[in-house]
Amino acid sequence: MTHADASSTTSFRPTPSTAIARVVDISRLFGTFAALRRVNFDFEPGRCYVLLGENGAGKSTLLRILAGLLPPSHGEVQVFGDLAPTEACGRIGYMSHAPMLYDELTAMENLRYFAALHPPQDTLAPENALRQVGLDPSLPRTIGQYSQGMRQRASLARVLLAQPELLLLDEPFSNMDVTSAHQMVALLAGLRTTQRTIVLTTHQRELAMPIADHLLTLRAGELESVADGGALLR
Amino acid sequence: MTTRLAAPERGWVALVWTHLHKDLRIEWRSREAINSMLFFALLVVVLFSMAFDPTAAASREIAGGVLCVATLFASVSVLNQAWTREIRHEVLDALRMTPADRSAIFVAKVLANFFFVTVVQGLLAPVFFIFYNLRPLGNGWLLLAVVPLGTWALVANGTFFAALSIRSRNRELLLPLILFPIFLPALLAMVLAVKTILTGDGSDPHLLWLKMLAGYDIIFMTVSLLLFDTVLQAE
Repeated sequence: MTHADASSTTSFRPTPSTAIARVVDISRLFGTFAALRRVNFDFEPGRCYVLLGENGAGKSTLLRILAGLLPPSHGEVQVFGDLAPTEACGRIGYMSHAPMLYDELTAMENLRYFAALHPPQDTLAPENALRQVGLDPSLPRTIGQYSQGMRQRASLARVLLAQPELLLLDEPFSNMDVTSAHQMVALLAGLRTTQRTIVLTTHQRELAMPIADHLLTLRAGELESVADGGALLR
Repeated sequence: MTTRLAAPERGWVALVWTHLHKDLRIEWRSREAINSMLFFALLVVVLFSMAFDPTAAASREIAGGVLCVATLFASVSVLNQAWTREIRHEVLDALRMTPADRSAIFVAKVLANFFFVTVVQGLLAPVFFIFYNLRPLGNGWLLLAVVPLGTWALVANGTFFAALSIRSRNRELLLPLILFPIFLPALLAMVLAVKTILTGDGSDPHLLWLKMLAGYDIIFMTVSLLLFDTVLQAE
């Protein structure tokens, strides 16, 4: 499916009331370099979207714009109806390449710290968030002493802490060994059953295939194609 | 779709304490800030005392300046690092995505830096008084107001401008370039207030320098608080 097809295909463009996130004609310029060019897409609730593309295709930029960490140079982003991403703090969880945790603190200390910054009634107990990703809450090691796979899991626990409805995961399998990557896939498959919307970027297409409802391919900042993940797997 | 509250139900003071506790815990484990500042400040004080070999009277004249400059230079090293941990591993982005009031992050960071600089000043003070053979001829207790007010002016501005320059490639150079000219009025007030106290010359009976420092602190802290969220969100 071409970019033009993707923008005009009704099956990927639910009505505004059902889309959990909607990007309308967004572009992002860094100086004269266009990281994203007029991208249109609607993300349906409870689905898993996998963003594919080469380095510099605009995947991370799109995620950062959806997270509200980067404003688009042109166009509009709406989440949960008509909210701007910056107005939906706590409802969007973002996991970057970096763990977004303090190296000098243990996973439990990090999570307790972040839990204190969210409304208590919306927040998972840090112990439960860590157990959910398969980490031992009593581990005395600091994040700086964790392996890459453990850091990614601790980072995912930080994201899950606020029980976000929209999960944005930037290369969650990067720098992981095969076993850890498969464990991460299993974790995400578990999350997929909780009716959360997941948008993840990866270069490891085959890893993400089992959990992908839709595959979006970006090329040079443009949404090149949209495919049904389930159909491709079959 | 569930409704979320716009902000945590924790009080602002509790939020400040959460951030401050985290900063103090990290410093307790690493001791990076205090160690680097302490050695630098000690070096400045010792080198000045050797370079000038001042008499007791001359010491009282210059000691205020030496103390303030030693504190200023030493503090720049810690202020430059003030947001490093938040930048490393993109922790700042995680903080930006929480619903908590961002001003609490700034106030906690200022309090943490103020604590680090004050600890260094506390350790430096005996050395300073011994090397410069000092005995205040004025009301020495006023130093307990002048030095903290001057230090607050330094760390509040320094923490704010460090946040402003975090995305700059040359941030370590940029911070002193922005900070020093803006801190100049507070530096002058602090130096002259300390000199007046040490010499006891009675040139400032109405404590104008002290009042100026307090006013400077209030104005710059208010402006920094108002602008911090904008600085944090800037790309």
